Amino acid sequence: MSSVLINSLFIFMLAGFIGFEVIRRISPLLHTPLMSLTNALDAIAVVGAIILVGEHKSNFSALLGTLAVIAAMSNVVGGFLITDRMLRMFKSSQPTKKP
Amino acid sequence: MTTQPFIEIIYLIASALFILSLKWMSSPGTARRGVWAGEIGMVLAIGGTLLHHGIIDYKWIAIALVIGTIIGVPLGMVKMTAVPQRTALSHAFGAFCVTLVGTAEFYLRSPNVPHFMMAVLCCEVILGSLTFTGSLMAAGKLQEVLPQRPITYRGQNIVNLGLLSIAIGIGVYLVLHPGARQFFPFMVGIPLVFGVFMVIPIGGADMPTVISLLNSYAGLSAAAMGFVLDSRLLIIAGALDGSSGFILSVIMSKAMNRSFSNVLFGAFGQVQAAAGAKEERKPVKSVSAEDAASILMSVNKVVIVPGYGMAVAQAQHKVRELYDSLTRRGVDVRFAIHPVAGRMPGHMNVLLAEADIPYDHLVDMEDINGEFPQTDVALVIGANDVTNPAARTDSSSPIYGMPILDVDKAHIVMVIKRGMSPGFAGIDNPLYYMSKTLMLFGDAKSFVGDIVRELGGVQAELAGSVK
Repeated sequence: MSSVLINSLFIFMLAGFIGFEVIRRISPLLHTPLMSLTNALDAIAVVGAIILVGEHKSNFSALLGTLAVIAAMSNVVGGFLITDRMLRMFKSSQPTKKP
Repeated sequence: MTTQPFIEIIYLIASALFILSLKWMSSPGTARRGVWAGEIGMVLAIGGTLLHHGIIDYKWIAIALVIGTIIGVPLGMVKMTAVPQRTALSHAFGAFCVTLVGTAEFYLRSPNVPHFMMAVLCCEVILGSLTFTGSLMAAGKLQEVLPQRPITYRGQNIVNLGLLSIAIGIGVYLVLHPGARQFFPFMVGIPLVFGVFMVIPIGGADMPTVISLLNSYAGLSAAAMGFVLDSRLLIIAGALDGSSGFILSVIMSKAMNRSFSNVLFGAFGQVQAAAGAKEERKPVKSVSAEDAASILMSVNKVVIVPGYGMAVAQAQHKVRELYDSLTRRGVDVRFAIHPVAGRMPGHMNVLLAEADIPYDHLVDMEDINGEFPQTDVALVIGANDVTNPAARTDSSSPIYGMPILDVDKAHIVMVIKRGMSPGFAGIDNPLYYMSKTLMLFGDAKSFVGDIVRELGGVQAELAGSVK
């Protein structure tokens, strides 16, 4: 195994732990927006797909890459949009509560 | 594929923003900032990638980004009740992207693929393709274009495990012989079939667990893609998504009282409807909206227990009116939210927030259960199994051990229900026969509306008598 792969494994492990610690603290109140947000973040795969299209090493890879960019980009846009729409609905009760 | 150093710096910043984004999601006060952080990170990462010196052709990138945006906008504008199927669909899109990139990378690199790289590529493609069809099936079931009921047949688990083993076997062969291109299509195709078979036996009520599990798979496949492309940013985003999905699946499986191995292998099936035989007709107390209203206006603390039945009846806004009417009378109204109250984790909170109910009145199961003994009225709307005290007391019950909302500890229990039919698990609910339980038979939306009208009527009368 090359050192690049070992590096990647370390990063994966550390990110996994951070994910656990950060996400465990998220209140069940926000689990649905959490899922749509992680979905949008996960669509960062678009980066790999963009390079695949851009490098155009073969027509086949460029075609698959184009479809991949479409799929990932729709997740980016849709994911952030719906997360924000949901979060806008969460309102606290007014501090001036009638007795 | 080397990346210029400044692009790596941009990816580093984007990774930090992604982690901050999730950290800010921890409370509703900072959550929208979290979305901003995620968006900025995403724009930076995409912008940086476009400057990659290996890119020679921008035309198709631009076209694809535009088409993706055009598809994404309507997917971001769906109704709140449709969020679970939208989420399942987006898992499918994410997995689709990962599978396509993995396939393209294989054909570009084969036969010169190191063993470890090929192993990761196999993980990426197998997880990606089974998540793709599995999520499409889940979305179809949630959208009700596919039958919601579980479809089971003899030997199902053997067929499923067999398919998965064949796919993994082909993967192992490819790791050893990366030049065996002719086998690669099977490594994509068989998991595609497996994904369909995996979700077929799962019923509508199990969807929260399935969606979380598919979320985790989608994240892991993206992380695997990060290994293949040597992209740290992708590894981090995939690991975050994978652990998020994993945590949510554990929470959901606990809330459904399923063992975790049961969930991991996706072999949930249904709860056995063993209790169906007990068909004695026990007496229940049934009251009218008028009586219910007169009780509700004389109490101090009401806990409303909403279930998915409330959302099906579109009763959220009537419930909001009830909440308003009672709050105006000085009644303390809380909502008790069971983890599996909706169709995906946290779904019920979103539905109630949409109806303008303040989030600080939506309380988790763990926090509200201690409050039931001091609660005057627990009002159950469209929930059944999650209130069944048999889960606590009757070790022969199929749902024994499932965490429930202790509504039976409230002074008075009111249950709005269409009729006496049992819940999805087909289990009788002893709650309905307790002496303190009042059954309110009718459609949730119209019944809550009637109660609100009665409360308003009484108020008008009071106002009249004061004059």
